[in-house]
Amino acid sequence: MNIVKSEHIVGMSVPRKEGRDKVTGRALYIDDMTLPNMIYGATVRSSIPRGRIKRITFDPGIRWDEFVIVSAKDVPGQNCIALIVDEQPCLADGVVNHPEEPILLLAHADRHALSKAVAAVTVEYDPMPALFSMEESEQCKEIIHGTDNTFKTYRLEKGDVDSVWAKADFIVEGEYFTGAQEQLYIENNGVIASFDQEHGITVWGSMQCPYYVHRALMKLCKLPENKVRVVQTETGGAFGGKEEYPSMIAGHAALLAMKSGRPVKIIYDRMEDMAATTKRHPSRTRHRTAVSKDGKILGGEIEFTVDGGAYTTLSPVVLSRGTIHAGGPYYWPHVRIRAKAVATNAPPHGAFRGFGAPQSIFAMERHMDRIAATVGISPAEVRRRNFLTTGQTTITEQRIREAIDLEQLLDRGLALADYRTKRDSFRKENESSTRKKGIGIATFLHGAGFTGSGERNLSSEVAVAGTADGRVQVLVSSTEFGQGTKTVLCQIAAEELSLSFEDVEMVQPDTGQVPNSGPTVASRTVMVVGKLVQSAALGVRQTLTACGLLRHGYSQQEFREACSKYVAKHGRLLSRARYRQPAGVFWDDEKYRGEAYAAFAWAVYIAEVTVDLTTYSVTVDDFVALQEVGRVLHPVLARGQIIGGVAQGIGFALYENVVWQNGRMQNGQMTNYIMPTSADLPPIRVYFEELGNEYGAFGAKGIGELPMDGPAPAIVNAIEDALGVKIDSIPVLPENLFEAMATSSPGHREFRPSNEAQ
Amino acid sequence: MNTSRVQCEVSLTVNGELRNLRVYPMERLLDVLRRQLGLTGTKEGCGEGECGSCSVLMDGALVNSCLVPILHAHGVRITTIEGLAEGPLLHGLQDAFLKCGGAQCGICTPGMILAACQLLNEKPQPSLEEIREGLSGNLCRCTGYTQILEAVAEAAGRGSAR
Repeated sequence: MNIVKSEHIVGMSVPRKEGRDKVTGRALYIDDMTLPNMIYGATVRSSIPRGRIKRITFDPGIRWDEFVIVSAKDVPGQNCIALIVDEQPCLADGVVNHPEEPILLLAHADRHALSKAVAAVTVEYDPMPALFSMEESEQCKEIIHGTDNTFKTYRLEKGDVDSVWAKADFIVEGEYFTGAQEQLYIENNGVIASFDQEHGITVWGSMQCPYYVHRALMKLCKLPENKVRVVQTETGGAFGGKEEYPSMIAGHAALLAMKSGRPVKIIYDRMEDMAATTKRHPSRTRHRTAVSKDGKILGGEIEFTVDGGAYTTLSPVVLSRGTIHAGGPYYWPHVRIRAKAVATNAPPHGAFRGFGAPQSIFAMERHMDRIAATVGISPAEVRRRNFLTTGQTTITEQRIREAIDLEQLLDRGLALADYRTKRDSFRKENESSTRKKGIGIATFLHGAGFTGSGERNLSSEVAVAGTADGRVQVLVSSTEFGQGTKTVLCQIAAEELSLSFEDVEMVQPDTGQVPNSGPTVASRTVMVVGKLVQSAALGVRQTLTACGLLRHGYSQQEFREACSKYVAKHGRLLSRARYRQPAGVFWDDEKYRGEAYAAFAWAVYIAEVTVDLTTYSVTVDDFVALQEVGRVLHPVLARGQIIGGVAQGIGFALYENVVWQNGRMQNGQMTNYIMPTSADLPPIRVYFEELGNEYGAFGAKGIGELPMDGPAPAIVNAIEDALGVKIDSIPVLPENLFEAMATSSPGHREFRPSNEAQ
Repeated sequence: MNTSRVQCEVSLTVNGELRNLRVYPMERLLDVLRRQLGLTGTKEGCGEGECGSCSVLMDGALVNSCLVPILHAHGVRITTIEGLAEGPLLHGLQDAFLKCGGAQCGICTPGMILAACQLLNEKPQPSLEEIREGLSGNLCRCTGYTQILEAVAEAAGRGSAR
C-alpha cells in the first residue's frame, strides 16, 4: 500500500480522506441518521421585531397531549447561549428582540404533524419600537441594548493623525457600504440530541466548533463537563454559518430530549435556516485620508461600523478583525480607527468567511481607486506607492519581518491579467459599444489565526496516537466541512512520521474522544492546529525512539511493529501538544497594538467585467487570483479553497442581496436569494507564491478566508473603470447600477486623468 | 407532504432492483428514497427544485426528486448515486470528482454527479461551455464549480458516458 511516498506527502494532492464516501453517497450527514425511538422537533418563533409576549394560546384543534412542549421555564440551567457575553436567550422569556427569535419548542413522533402545530400556536405581543439600521441605532431614539445600543467599540491610534491634514496635498473622503450575505451552505442546520441520566446529553450535528456547543450545553442544561458529549457529523458546508448557531439548535434539541426522554432530531428547512440564522454583518466604512501630490498616504481616519443585530454573539471579534484589516496592505505613518458594532432588531449577524475583513477591505480598496483618481495616477500605481515593505509596521504597529515584496506580486498579477493592454483597449472599444468593459484591482492581506492574544487564550491542544495495529490517529476537535481538514492534518502527521498517507487517519471530532484544539475558524486549522499536530507526531516518534523500539531511518513496517509493541506493553501511545505563544510576541488588548497575527497571507486579485447598458447586468469575464500563502500543502485543495472563495466574493459583489423588512429577511429561498451558478462564473485563474512561514506547519499560512476579501472591490473597481461611475455599495444589482448612472454627474463620469503614470 | 391519507401501491425500479412500495401518492420521491429505501445519498438542499442536491435519473432524465410525487414515479427506472459504482469500482465520474477536487463538503456531490452523468449520456464529448450550461441547475457553494467542470471534462476524456 505504499502508493504515496512519504517524503512527498506534504505538497502532494493526495485523495481527500472522506472523498470516496462523498462521491458514492455513503457519507452520513445529520439528516441521514436516525436513532431508535427518535422524535422530531420544531421551533415557534417571533413574528415581530421587538415586544413583550402577552399571551401564548394553543389552538384546541390540535391534540397537544401528543406533543412535547418546551418553554423558557423548562431550562434547567441558565437560559442563554454561552459565547462571549451570555446574553442571548436560548428561548425568549417574556420579551423578543428580533423576528424569528425562538419562543417555544415542540416535538412529535410524526414530523408531518409539526408544521401544522407550529402554526396553531398564537403568540400575542405588546409591540415595542424597533431599530432597523445602523443609523437608527446610533441616533439612540430608542435604547435596545445597554445604554447606547453599542456592543463593542475599538479605538486604534498610530502616530499623530491630527498633524497630517495641514501637510496634505489632497484630502480624500469616501463612505462605503456592504450588505448582509447569507452563507448558504447547501446542508441546512441540523442536530440530534439524546439524554439519559447516566450519560447526560449527547448531541450529533452539523457544526464547526464542537467545544463551543459543549460549553453552551453545560451552562444551558446545568450539566458537568463529562455529562455533555458533542459529536460532529459530516457537515455539508459551513463558511462561518455553523460557528455559533449550532449551539442554539443543539440547545433546543437538548431541552426537548431532556423533557421527553427520547432522542430528538431538529432539521431546519431552507426558509427557516435563511430567516433565523446568522449572516455576514452589514457594514459602513468612512475614510478621510491625507495624501501627498505623488499619491502617498500621509495618514487618515477610518470609521468602521457593523450592524450586529439583536444580541452580542460574535460581533466584538468580527469587528476586531474588520478593524485590523481596515488599512489594507499599506503603510500608514499615522492613522486613527474608530470602530463599533451596534444593535438593531434583526437576528444576530455572525461569522462568515473573512469575518469583518471583506467589509473593511472593500472600503479600503474602493478608496484606493478614489485616491488614484484624485491624484491622477493609475490604480496600480497608487497601490505600488503605498505598499507595506519589510521592516515597516502595520496599523497595529506590527513589524513586517518576512521578505514579502508586494510590488513584485502586483507586477506578476498585472502581467497575468494583461492589465495595461486590456485597460487601454477597453477604453477604445467602450467608445463605440453599449457593452462597456473594465478591469479592476484589489490588493490585500489576511491575518491567519485568532487575533492578538486569542491563540494564547485558546491554548489549543491536540493529540496523535499510535494504535495496537500500528496505525496513527490524529485527535483534534478541528472539523472537516469541505475545506480538507482531515486530509491536510493527516498529511502533516504522515510527513512528520515518514509514513504513508494511508497509515494516518483522523478520529471523528467527538468531545468525548478528542482534546479541544479550538474552533475551526479564522484560517487557523492548517497553520496553528497543523503545527501542533506536527509537534505531537514528532512526540510519537521520539517516544518510540527513546525506548529503543525504533531505529533511525525506519521503514513503515518497522514503525508499525514498534507502535504495536509499545501499545502492547504500555496500553496506549499518545502524544499531546499544546499551543505556546512564540517568545517576543506582544499584544496590548487595551490599546489594540502589537502583533495582531502570527502570519499574513498577501494577495493581488484582478477582475475583468462587462457591463451591458441594455440590461445593466454585470458579468465577470476573467479573474486572476494571485496570492502568497506561505506554503501550499495540497495544491488541489488549496486551489479549491481559492476558487470557492472567489465565487462567494463574486456573489457578495453582484448577486447576493438580503431583502429586509422590519428586521426580517424577505427572500429566504434559493429562488429569490441568488448565488452564482456554474453559468455565472468566469474562468478563475489561481496562482500561488510560497515564501514559507516559521509559525505554520511545514511553512503554511491560513488560506480559507483570504479569497473572500478581494473579489468584491476588484469587481466594483472594474465597473467604475468601465463606466466612470462611483459605486460605493454592494451588492451591485442591475437596478443599483441603473440608479447610480442616472444620478451620477456627467462631470464625474467623464473624469479621466490623461497624464497618469502607470 | 402526504396530503392524502390513503396509501396506494407503486412499483418502480431503483438502481436496477424492482421495488413494490406502499406510499402516500403525494409523498415526494425524495422522501421515499431516503426514508423507505434508506438511500440517503440523495440530499435535500432547498425543497423547491432550485439547488439540485436531490437530483436523480428517472428513465434517464435528470429530475429534482423533491418535486416528483411518488405516484408519478410508478413504473419508472430510477438511478441514485448509490447505483453508479459497480461494487468497489467507482464510476468514471466519481473517480474524476475524487481526483480533480470536484467534491468539497460533499452535500451537492451526488446530485452534481448525476447531472454530469445525464450530460455525458447525451453528449459524450461536451465542450467546457456545454458542461457549464449542463450543470447550471445544480448549486455548489464550496467549489466555485471549476474543479467540478474539470472533473466532468476528465471523465468525458476517459469515455465515462454510459
